[in-house]
Amino acid sequence: MASFKSTKIPIYPKLGEKVTPDTLYWKNYKAPVQIKEFGAVTSIDFSSLAPHNYAVTASTRIHIYGPFSTEPVKTFTRFKDTAYSGKFRSDGQLLVAGCEDSVVRLFDVSGKVALRVFKGHTKGVHVTDFTSDCYHILTGSDDYTCRLWDIPNSTELTSYKEHTDYIRCGTTSKLNRDIFITGSYDHTLRVFDARVEKSVMTMDHSQPVESVLLYPSEGLLVSAGGRYVKVWDLLKGGQPLVSLKNHHKTVTCLSLSSNGQRLLSASLDRHVKIYNTTNYKVVHNFDYAASILSLALAPDDESIVVGMTNGVLSIKHRKSPEEKREMVGKQRMQPVYRIFVKGRNYVPKKDDFLVSKPVKSHLAKYDKQLKKFNISKALDTALESWRRNRKPEITVAVMKELDRRGTLKNALAGRDEQNLSQLLNFLIGNVVDPRFTPVLVTATEMILDIYQAVVGQSSVVDRQLVRLQELVEREVDYQQDLLEVLGMLDTLFATSLPRKEVPCPGSSRPNGLAEGSLGAPGPQLQAA
Amino acid sequence: MVVHAEIRMVHRGGSKINFREPVITHDSRFLLCAAGESVNVYSTSTEEYVHDLQGHTDLVTGVVLNPSNHLQVYSCSADGTVRLWDFTDAILIKTFIIGYPIYSIYVSEKHGGVVFLVVPMANYKSSELFQLVAVHLPHSGDQEVEARELSAVLCDVSHHPGAASFGREGEYIAAVKGLQLEVFFFKKQKSYRFSLKSGMKKGAKNAFTCVSCHPKEDCIATGHEDGKIRMWRNFNQKKEYTYSTLHWHHGAVNTLCFTPEGTNLLSGGIESVLVHWHYTQENQKDFLPRLGAAITHIAVSPDGSLFCTSHSDNKITIIQSCVKVSAVIQGLVKGDGVWTNLIIDPRSKALVLNGKPGHLQFYSLHHDKQLYNLDIVQQEYIHEEGLDQFEVVKAAFDARGDWLATVEERRKKGAELEINLKLWAYDELTQSFVLNTTVTAPHEDRITAMFFSPSPETTMLVTTSLDGHFKAWLLADHSDANAEGFWACDFVGGYHLLKPGCCSFSADGSLLSVGFQEVVTVWSPASWELLTTLSQPPGAIRDLCFGRLSCSKYLLGASTKNQLCCWNLLTCSLEWSTPMDVSLLQTDPLSENIAAFCSQSGSSDLFVFKPSEPRPLYSQKALCTGKVQHAVFAPRDQMLESCEERTQWLNRSQLYFLTQHMDLLTFSTKTEEDRLLASSKQLMVDDSVAVTPFYLLLGKHRGQQLEKQEALTNPMAERTQLPQGSIAIKELLHTPAHVLPSASFLCAMFVRSLLISSSSAREEKEHEEGEMEREKEEEDSEGEADPRLGESATWGHPEEFGAPALTKAQERELRKVRTFDHSWLSSLLDC
Repeated sequence: MASFKSTKIPIYPKLGEKVTPDTLYWKNYKAPVQIKEFGAVTSIDFSSLAPHNYAVTASTRIHIYGPFSTEPVKTFTRFKDTAYSGKFRSDGQLLVAGCEDSVVRLFDVSGKVALRVFKGHTKGVHVTDFTSDCYHILTGSDDYTCRLWDIPNSTELTSYKEHTDYIRCGTTSKLNRDIFITGSYDHTLRVFDARVEKSVMTMDHSQPVESVLLYPSEGLLVSAGGRYVKVWDLLKGGQPLVSLKNHHKTVTCLSLSSNGQRLLSASLDRHVKIYNTTNYKVVHNFDYAASILSLALAPDDESIVVGMTNGVLSIKHRKSPEEKREMVGKQRMQPVYRIFVKGRNYVPKKDDFLVSKPVKSHLAKYDKQLKKFNISKALDTALESWRRNRKPEITVAVMKELDRRGTLKNALAGRDEQNLSQLLNFLIGNVVDPRFTPVLVTATEMILDIYQAVVGQSSVVDRQLVRLQELVEREVDYQQDLLEVLGMLDTLFATSLPRKEVPCPGSSRPNGLAEGSLGAPGPQLQAA
Repeated sequence: MVVHAEIRMVHRGGSKINFREPVITHDSRFLLCAAGESVNVYSTSTEEYVHDLQGHTDLVTGVVLNPSNHLQVYSCSADGTVRLWDFTDAILIKTFIIGYPIYSIYVSEKHGGVVFLVVPMANYKSSELFQLVAVHLPHSGDQEVEARELSAVLCDVSHHPGAASFGREGEYIAAVKGLQLEVFFFKKQKSYRFSLKSGMKKGAKNAFTCVSCHPKEDCIATGHEDGKIRMWRNFNQKKEYTYSTLHWHHGAVNTLCFTPEGTNLLSGGIESVLVHWHYTQENQKDFLPRLGAAITHIAVSPDGSLFCTSHSDNKITIIQSCVKVSAVIQGLVKGDGVWTNLIIDPRSKALVLNGKPGHLQFYSLHHDKQLYNLDIVQQEYIHEEGLDQFEVVKAAFDARGDWLATVEERRKKGAELEINLKLWAYDELTQSFVLNTTVTAPHEDRITAMFFSPSPETTMLVTTSLDGHFKAWLLADHSDANAEGFWACDFVGGYHLLKPGCCSFSADGSLLSVGFQEVVTVWSPASWELLTTLSQPPGAIRDLCFGRLSCSKYLLGASTKNQLCCWNLLTCSLEWSTPMDVSLLQTDPLSENIAAFCSQSGSSDLFVFKPSEPRPLYSQKALCTGKVQHAVFAPRDQMLESCEERTQWLNRSQLYFLTQHMDLLTFSTKTEEDRLLASSKQLMVDDSVAVTPFYLLLGKHRGQQLEKQEALTNPMAERTQLPQGSIAIKELLHTPAHVLPSASFLCAMFVRSLLISSSSAREEKEHEEGEMEREKEEEDSEGEADPRLGESATWGHPEEFGAPALTKAQERELRKVRTFDHSWLSSLLDC
């Protein structure tokens, strides 16, 4: 004797994003903290020293924030014009910044006045960085030159004038004190070696370069400019590896996650995209309120700091594991769950004697009625208000089951005004849902068949029937429009696709009859 | 046919076991049922097949217990004989030759030596008129007895075995046919007829379907087509009979049965619910629902503890006291049709085909037993006529048996088609298939063919449908291991909006050919490139298959317009073609051979050939009547070493095919039959226990265990066997029991005799102790005798001197002999 097989509720695919480990990881941040700066935030840099303060360059100031502070810990205001590119030295003691007035200033993080002032550029300096030996400074300027400065003597060491447009980005190698890379609006990236007079490598990005980034291994170089993010293989002499076009406005900033597995790009289109660095596919996406100019990740991805054109600095902190656990704990405290779980998670010990009890199969209410062939009651239970509102798929599945049993008409018949209007409400809500349409259309037809005699007797039902009619008419119009669009798209696709010849020697003539003339062997078949 | 004598066609895959009512023996240990040309004996407790009673030469149509000897059974058959069997040992006791085909048999305790048979009316041999005759079975010592003395009891009866029944103590017999109930009283030699109105109004269909008589009271229960049960009483007169009506069934009542005490009435019908009516309170009833398929027969064991029901899906269910299904005997389900082809499960080597509605059955060809049913549709089956049900229409296994794909469809009248494609993964843990992916509406129209790619690297499924497309389905890989992979559509192909009818993969999976009506297209599944098209009009392609092994360059296609074509794929040209109306092409997976079934003038022919040679290896004309729709090559466990050219094609695998009448047939060679015979002889080991495969397995195991134990305890065994070896005991054990004294008398002695060896040491010690005491006493007494020492010395001394001096030890020995009890020996001698 087989047991009763319960009604199968089909699982419909959930629309929207798929949950991947990446989405889980990148969604695990708290709501952003927003700080208003005086102007557009052009640069953010994290100190590598323990509390991991970060310097935010905006307008004529550089603010240094602590990891969880909303007020600046320290402020540098000694700029005569817009400041650019506030950068920490790798030991976190010194900070260098360029300025629109062409002067480069070096600060002690604890002091206020500039320690050194490097003068020599003729135009605004947008790029500053320390070399890996900590004694030199790289600067890039709108006067098309990039220079190296000595910190102790505050003298200029070398100057390269190879770029033919503004230099707006650059980075130094962390492994070699002599190597640095600059990107310019002349569409090129240049790799310089301080020991050599000239640049050692040039790559063409074919768009004004806004940001460059070196991988920790320094074998790969990432550049952003225009809508493109390009990856170059330095070890292969600057060969382009991939070109990513995922933004629809200029990409302004690049960053790597702490483990080097994910690449982040921020753009004026207000998005931050996260790529997997193995296959360069977008795995996650953040939306912001305004165009993004700068982006930085704290060590260990503890926080994501984004600076925007409207001067808003947005900081997202990672949720700590305790908070997460707290939330789980809250759920567990519900008494229903406690009772439900009582004794069920008991693991029998070694010498325990297990008495197995036949598992009592639990049937849903509508299944109990279906088992007894109480078809009208089954439909009633399936039409209970919470069920039809929250889980219409159950109601539809029960209707389908009744239809399969050939008793849907009987179940729908014999209802009073209230019941019928309930039913019609459900139909109005769901009949155009493509998941349910095939079942509900038959049910609707049956209802119209059964109750056509009583049309006009109840104002409520009549109103609903009119609504249903309007709904169906509108849906028919939609479908018509959609088909038209589909037809147009088809013609577009057909014209855009290259026409491919199908090798079909026998399609026009019967090769069986013409086998003598058709002696040519199919070369593609021999390969197979 | 003389040429083909070494190849025989053999029926396989279970005969109908639900054809007639089964019989439970008096001790409730065995269940007997008619199965084709034999009577099968099953164990009721283990549902295991025990043996069969073979001897009839035609369909067995009835089995009844011999009322005068409960270890014997009568069986009747369409070959015109009634046979008496000893069913415990499967011995044929007697054969009574009646001379007419027999349709059912009835016996009653009161009528000893008489059996009642339903035979065709003598003068209308061909017509559908039957009579109930009484046959007096002659007493004779011969094995075969002619019993031609038939005396008609009732004329014009139904041949259906449930349509007649003996009443209380065999006083009357009730038979129904059409709208008439006839009761014949043996004492009065008079029959009464009661008829009902046809009653077509209000949907009532009054025709009788079955009858059963109460064993203790004068009451007849009849079942009707509209589901009513009528209880007739007071029927020993023409006029004043009465009846009451019970109604629960909504379909026809197929069978009725009273329990032996008459307290309950059991009924069953298409609803597959066993209804249990209480005889005294007729409105009370119990149900045993969801027995799986329509009930065709009900039988009750003579003590009333076991019920068994036969079902329309070739199943017998044994039910314990109306509450619990205790055993299910399942034969090969032969439903209304086989929509899935015959398939061989690569893992279990079982034959897979449609079973119960919505199920696939796995049938072991080797053991001729159903292994299990796989529920494909997973919906509650509503037993109602005229309802559109989901049916499994296609099934396919991948090369390793890890995946099973099934297609189920339901066509509603005037509504759209519902199709589901389901993919099942084999679960090693539960040893069965688990649903992995369900695709609702994979195509917009019927699926015509479905195959897995045989290549081992990729598991790919291809479906072709009448909507003009074929689709390739692939297991979507997931980089994260925790999520289980699921199937998704990979490619949709079509060709000039033609409808694809068949498809086939080449043996290595590198080519896919799809037949679009008259055109065969060849695709590369790796790149989904259309490589070439082949066509041979007129006539749409019906079946396609690639050659294998050395013939893999050939593609064969059978078209509807009597043509079988063979294309060479290297030259893309037609190699040969022959006018044949091929209904089915089947390739042997282990050799180059291809079997083609052709239908010609109402019967089917078989040709076995290699694509490279136009000459057939084997051909058989007029295989069976009707078209052969399904066939399969089943790989053999052991290769046959037949060298004859005609039988060589059967060496590696065996060809099974299904005829239009749903008979599963196969070809068997002489060498194979010899081998089978030899193995069956080996099986006859021990006749004391029912030899089941389980017993063989366990028995062998136990034997080994015993041997091992013996080997371990050998020294012990030797020691304990010592007394048994003595001649006296052997004699004792071999003397006839009636000559010996009573067991209780002998037992004590016997047991003691067995104990001697182990207890002798203690006895000796006891003896020594006793002796010591005695010696002490003697010494004491000597001491006491001291005063009269002189006296004793005077008469004692000469004696002492006269006899040779005995040492103390010798003396002790003698004393021991004196004290030893020899009474048991003497008593033995007395006897």
